Amino acid sequence: MLDSADLAAIGLTLQLATLTTAILLVIGTPVAWWLARTRSLWKGVVSALVAMPIVLPPTVLGFYLLVALGPNGPLGVITHSLGLGILPFTFAGLVLASTIYSLPFVVQPLQNAFEAIAEQTLEAAGTLRASPWDTFFSVALPMARPGYLTACVLGFAHTIGEFGVVLMIGGNIPGQTRVVSVQIYDHVEAMEFGHAHLLSAGMLIFAFFVLLLLYTLNPTGRRS
Amino acid sequence: MNQPREPGIRLVFRLDRPGFRLDVRLELPGHGVTVLFGPSGSGKTTVLRAVAGLEHPPGGKLHVHGVCWQDDAKGLFLPVHQRPIGYVFQDAALFPHLDVRGNLRFGLRRVPRDKRRLSLERAIDLLGIAPLMARRPDTLSGGERQRVAIARALAVSPELLLMDEPLAALDLPRKREILPFLERLHAELAIPILYVSHAPDEVARLAHHLVVLEAGQVIASGPLNETLARIDLPVRLGEEAGVVLETVIGARDLPWHLCRADFPGGALWIRDHGLSVGQSARVRVLARDVSLALEPQRQSSILNLLSGRVTALADDIHPAHALARVVVGEVPFVARITRRSVAALDLAVGKTVWVQVKSVALME
Repeated sequence: MLDSADLAAIGLTLQLATLTTAILLVIGTPVAWWLARTRSLWKGVVSALVAMPIVLPPTVLGFYLLVALGPNGPLGVITHSLGLGILPFTFAGLVLASTIYSLPFVVQPLQNAFEAIAEQTLEAAGTLRASPWDTFFSVALPMARPGYLTACVLGFAHTIGEFGVVLMIGGNIPGQTRVVSVQIYDHVEAMEFGHAHLLSAGMLIFAFFVLLLLYTLNPTGRRS
Repeated sequence: MNQPREPGIRLVFRLDRPGFRLDVRLELPGHGVTVLFGPSGSGKTTVLRAVAGLEHPPGGKLHVHGVCWQDDAKGLFLPVHQRPIGYVFQDAALFPHLDVRGNLRFGLRRVPRDKRRLSLERAIDLLGIAPLMARRPDTLSGGERQRVAIARALAVSPELLLMDEPLAALDLPRKREILPFLERLHAELAIPILYVSHAPDEVARLAHHLVVLEAGQVIASGPLNETLARIDLPVRLGEEAGVVLETVIGARDLPWHLCRADFPGGALWIRDHGLSVGQSARVRVLARDVSLALEPQRQSSILNLLSGRVTALADDIHPAHALARVVVGEVPFVARITRRSVAALDLAVGKTVWVQVKSVALME
C-alpha cells in the first residue's frame, strides 16, 4: 500500500498544483485579455514567449531557471536581497517554475475564450453605462467561463504531470520538493515496482477523469 | 462658458484613415427622427459611433442639448458609459450569458433611480416583448432579438437614441414586424432618435430630418421633404426617388373606399385605410408615379390632378430621364419624365403644369 512517503508526495503535488493554478489564473487573465484584444506589434513576441514551455524540453527550462535563480544568477541576487533567500530546491522555487512551465496551458484557453467575445458585445455594455472594468467583470468574465474551466483543468493537470522541471529546480527533497512524478521515478530506481504501479495507475486514472470532466462539462461546438 | 441650452446636436468630426476620409459638420434638431442616409462606406455609421463615443475622431466637437460631450481642443471626451444615450446595433448584440430579463436589467441597474424616466414595464410594453422575458437570446428570432435590443436601449432612459441600421439584418417580414414599434417610439416618447439607414423605405416611413452622406461628406441636411425634393443633389434613391408628405385626412368617400389626404395647398385621393377624418397620415409619392401635362386630362383614370409650377429641372441617372421639381400649393413634388417630354412640353422653371399622380402610398 501507499506509505507515508507516497502520501507526502501526493499531498505536496496537490498543494503545488492548486497554488500554481491559482497564481496562473491571476497572472493569466490580464495576459490573455491583452493578447486577445491588442493590435500591438508586441503581440507576436508575447505570444511566442508564453508558448515557449510547450516546445522546450522541460530540462532546458529547468536548467535556465536554476542558473537564473541560483545564488549568482540575476534573479537569485534579487530574491536574496529581498530577503526571500535562494529559491532553487525549495517549494517556492517549485511553484515559480511550475507557474512558468504551465503558463501557456492557462493563457491559451483564456485567450481563445476572450477572442470569441464579439467587440460589439463589449461596446453594447459600454452604451448601457458599464465602465470598462464593469464590462470586464459583468460581461467578459461570465462569457469566458468555459475557457476558465479548461484553463483550470489543464493548468492543474499539467502541473501535476511535470517531471523534468521539478527535477532540475526542485531536486528530490521529501516533503519539500518530492512530488508524485519524482516519487515514481525513485520507486523504479529502487526496483519497487509495486509502489511505482500504485502511484502510476493513480496518475493514469486521475488524468483520464480530469479530461473526461473537461470534455463533459465543456463540449466543443455547443457554445459558439 | 455660455453654452446655449437649446435642444439639438451640433457636431464636427474629421477622420483620416487609409482609403476613407470623414469630414462632417452638422446641426441636427433635438426632436424627432433624424436619418443619416447614404451608401455603405459613406461614413454614416462612423458618425453615429462618434456621437456614442465608441469612436474618437481626434479634434472633434460634439454638443448635445447644449452639453459638451467632446471638445478635444479643451481635452474633453466623455467616455461612452457616461453619455446618456441608448444604442441599438445592427445585429442586436445581446448578452448571450443573460436571459432577456437580464439583458433588459443590465443597463437599468446602472442608471441612478432619480435619472430613470422610463419604466422597464413601459419599454417591455412598447416593444411587445413581455412573453420573452425568460428566454435566452440564442432562442429568439432575429426580429425578437432586435425588439429586445431596442427595449434594452430604452431602459436606460436615454436622452438620445442612436440606431445603427436596426433593420438591415432582417428579412422583409421581420422588418414589417419591427417598423410599427419604431414608429411608436417617436410617437409616444419624446426622445430624439439618430437613425442610420441605407434603405429609402425606412427614410420615407421614419424620418423627420434627413442627412445625406456620401464618401464621408454631408451633401444634404434638412427637413425630410425639402431634402427629398432637392433634385439638384445626387441623392441616390434610384427607383425610390420621390417625396413624402405629412397630410391630414380631410374626407372619406366610403362607397368607393377612398379618402382625401389634405396637405398645405392641395389634396390627394388615396385608398381608404380606415383612418378617420382629422387623423394625420404620412404619404409617399414616388417620382416615377408622377407625370406632367400642359392641359388638364379630365378624361383620365387618374384621380389626382393638381396644378403646380415647375421650380427645378435636373438630369436623372439614366440619360433618357429627367427629374422635375413641381410645387403644388406649398408642397414640392418630384416627377420623373423623359427628356424628350421635357423638350416636347417645352418645360422650364416657372412654367405652370398639371401634375398627375398615379399612385400614392400610405406610410403607416
